[in-house]
Amino acid sequence: MKYAVIVFPGSNCDVDMYHAIKDALGEEVEYVSHTEKDLSEYDAILLPGGFSYGDYLRSGAIARFANAMSGVMKAAEEGKPVLGVCNGFQVLLESGLLPGAMKRNRDLKFICRPVNLKVENHETMFTSEYEKGEVITIPIAHGEGNYECNDKTLKELEENNQIVFRYHGENPNGSRGDVAGIINERGNVLGMMPHPERAVDEILGHTDGLKLFQSILKNWRESHVCTS
Amino acid sequence: MSARLEPTAEQIKEKKIYREMGLRDDEYERAVDMLGRLPNYTETGLFSVMWSEHCSYKTSKPVLKKFPTEGKHVLQGPGEGAGIVDIGDGQAVVFKIESHNHPSAIEPYQGAATGVGGIIRDVFSMGARPIALLNSLRFGELDNPRVKYLFEEVVAGIAGYGNCIGIPTVGGEVQFDDSYKGNPLVNVMCVGIIDHEDIQKGQAKGIGNTVMYVGAATGRDGIHGATFASEELTDESEEDRPAVQVGDPFMEKLLLEACLELVKSDALVGIQDMGAAGLTSSSSEMASKAGTGIEMNLDDVPQREPNMTPYEMMLSESQERMLIVVKEGREQEIIDLFERYGLEAKAIGKVTDDRRLRLYHKGEVVADVPVDALAEDVPVRNMPSTEPLYFKDMQAMDLQVPEVKDYQETLVQLLKQPTIASKKWVYDQYDYMVRTNTVVPPGSDAAVLRIRGTEKALAMTTDCNSRYLYLDPETGGKIAVAEAARNIVASGGEPLAITDCLNFGNPEKPEIFWQLEKATSGMSEACRELETPVISGNVSLYNETNGTAVFPTPVVGMVGLIHHVDHITTQYFKQKGDLIYVIGETYPEFGGSELQKLVEGNYSGKAPTIDLSVEGKRQKQLLEAIQKGFVSSAHDLAEGGLAVGLAESLMDESGLGADVTVDGEVVTALFSETQSRFLVSVPKNQQEAFEQMVDDAKRIGTVTDDSRLVIHHTDQDILIQADVKDLAVAWKGAIPCLLKSKA
Repeated sequence: MKYAVIVFPGSNCDVDMYHAIKDALGEEVEYVSHTEKDLSEYDAILLPGGFSYGDYLRSGAIARFANAMSGVMKAAEEGKPVLGVCNGFQVLLESGLLPGAMKRNRDLKFICRPVNLKVENHETMFTSEYEKGEVITIPIAHGEGNYECNDKTLKELEENNQIVFRYHGENPNGSRGDVAGIINERGNVLGMMPHPERAVDEILGHTDGLKLFQSILKNWRESHVCTS
Repeated sequence: MSARLEPTAEQIKEKKIYREMGLRDDEYERAVDMLGRLPNYTETGLFSVMWSEHCSYKTSKPVLKKFPTEGKHVLQGPGEGAGIVDIGDGQAVVFKIESHNHPSAIEPYQGAATGVGGIIRDVFSMGARPIALLNSLRFGELDNPRVKYLFEEVVAGIAGYGNCIGIPTVGGEVQFDDSYKGNPLVNVMCVGIIDHEDIQKGQAKGIGNTVMYVGAATGRDGIHGATFASEELTDESEEDRPAVQVGDPFMEKLLLEACLELVKSDALVGIQDMGAAGLTSSSSEMASKAGTGIEMNLDDVPQREPNMTPYEMMLSESQERMLIVVKEGREQEIIDLFERYGLEAKAIGKVTDDRRLRLYHKGEVVADVPVDALAEDVPVRNMPSTEPLYFKDMQAMDLQVPEVKDYQETLVQLLKQPTIASKKWVYDQYDYMVRTNTVVPPGSDAAVLRIRGTEKALAMTTDCNSRYLYLDPETGGKIAVAEAARNIVASGGEPLAITDCLNFGNPEKPEIFWQLEKATSGMSEACRELETPVISGNVSLYNETNGTAVFPTPVVGMVGLIHHVDHITTQYFKQKGDLIYVIGETYPEFGGSELQKLVEGNYSGKAPTIDLSVEGKRQKQLLEAIQKGFVSSAHDLAEGGLAVGLAESLMDESGLGADVTVDGEVVTALFSETQSRFLVSVPKNQQEAFEQMVDDAKRIGTVTDDSRLVIHHTDQDILIQADVKDLAVAWKGAIPCLLKSKA
């Protein structure tokens, strides 16, 4: 399976995402410049964290206009897995691939620490390796992760089982409905504020993120066998 | 301001306008002699900023000479952007610490942010990939709104810059003391990794080669920042707000990635950050180091604002800029390289053979000065030095053991002292994990980062207990170095070298200069004994507010090599049944201690003593024991003594406890700050091997699993029996609580 890590100017978790795939998962992965329109050779698209274009406007607001985003949209339409983490999630919100928006954290401070998440939906291509209701520990590192949406959207997200992860125990940033990660209706575009790519290596203290990447791989292999 | 409004060379002399720029009369005379004529306005500006203490070290040079700067692993000592130490396998570690105290006192967010930006540029200008940031901060007591504001904004500024550029802020220290009330200290250290073949120098070699400007455009911000940094702060310093620069971490991220691609190009000859004194220092220093000259056409300098004068362009400290020298004829490929990162690279001059800095503007020569006059031939000032009266008084004082009635309550109060209390409120705001190499995050003795692709890791720390330095600068200087090394060793690392940031008051006062002399003597001796040479550093003098100096604060930044990731050790107890040891004797030493501050409200008496040969021996033995796998946890015993050290070893929510027995005088056993001591825990099956290897280890108890800290005394009742949870609440809640309380 071949993964693309999209590098926007100001991306800074691109290295983390790259090594999670290459070292922890053992799959093929490439950095792909934001200028690249054609992403057709990749089986999965990863939008990493960071501060694209400095995030001086709204987080992700400028990155959504990058050339690579047309390739990301196409991949999403084709049903390929698209994962946006942190700034990558913000880009997915700005581009309309996922509903809602991000506000500054409730306490107006950047927060970096491991948090507990509850896996609300384990029947997605990103979470099938988790148990239903499993509580996992994944680090967060963001200043604008306070998820916001209107009542109608929240109701839809809940009814369609699109809320994949919720903060468990303590809501660190004030997110509406304790939302930490959501998926599109079709089930192939996941955005999440916590960093699973930072939790794949025993020596760094947390490994609960590994199952997310293993889920993507397993589901791709299964579907790949079916369609070929 | 147009050039025509600038005073003439004669007016500058007659009206002594140079004084406003920070030049003294004798320095101005010297500049006139060197030039052989009266300097014009721009030239006077060049001299004043390059001869400021911040750029020239003119006052501190004589004391800096004492530092040992060579060692078997040192590849680059002081003099370049940052120092470099070999770590084997063709790799090296690059690091430096720098201050941004004055800007942070006036505009804390931007002052701290641009301090981070500057030190990062120093490291990547050497060709190194920055991998970690640390910071050493000092503030007044958290009991007034201004100090709280400074503290919150400095932390936010460090976070804002470091998080955005994506370099993890992994450690450091924050201490609080009244002496820093008006003049906080903001010292930032950056550590990078480099392959030997990529090491760059800031030299303008090769006559005819092209001088290029890369990065952000030049604006009117930060003009005379270096001069501002070389004066005392007063109530009028607020008016110097324009001397503070504004940071753009996104721009720096682009510049960083572009420069790291640039260093792989053989078209590059030299590269230097435009830091303090911007275009002036980078150009004159690069030429002076190479024995060449530089001429630049200032019309070609990218400018953010219209009608900038040569004076403004040369003295601007706009951020995120670099000066590079490239081989003649290769300019276009450099322009193309930077273009790919959305950055401008522009040829603005060339290297000459006449050792002069010659500047053109609108077709005229606006400055023509010997580069060595600006960079090398700085007038060194030998300042008078006098032992302050207080020192004799302190030395003559009898030993005082502070009176303690309730040991347990005293421990809780000590854990609440902001200098000891958890700094989680601070480091939760820093992305300490980005780039996924941080093995030991903030909170333990030293931060540890693995080196990807190898079995090695790096331990890094900053240290300085300025109260000891105030009481006895020479001893305190030794302790600062020794404690940093102790933190590295406790983490499983072999201390390699140090970088230092000498924060002192006004050196023109003989008592302050004496502190500087004594402190650097002590540091030099410790560096020799512990084999950790000084490879880079920074001097920040004039840290005074309305005439009152900060405590002498020579912050030591140290990096150590952990030869195998299996050696990585933290301060936290690991498992029930492990044996607890203290390495080193404990004496009644309370001068400058946290207990003294808590009980008496001030500091007096003698600083703790230190025997550097004993220190070195214990460090070597403990490191070997760690490397052999005999040790579960190791912790430097520092502020608050053994009782605080035991509590700190239980602060990782592991559910463990400790049951120990002490002897001798109780207050000393619990709270003395005697140096050269470690608190370690050892698996039972390694007891014999450990005891054989480490001479001065004394077993005091065992690790338990009942989440309680119990301290017995050999011939008294139980001294302390506390729930770890209660201790943790006190320790963790102290700083958030102080920040919330209205005062």
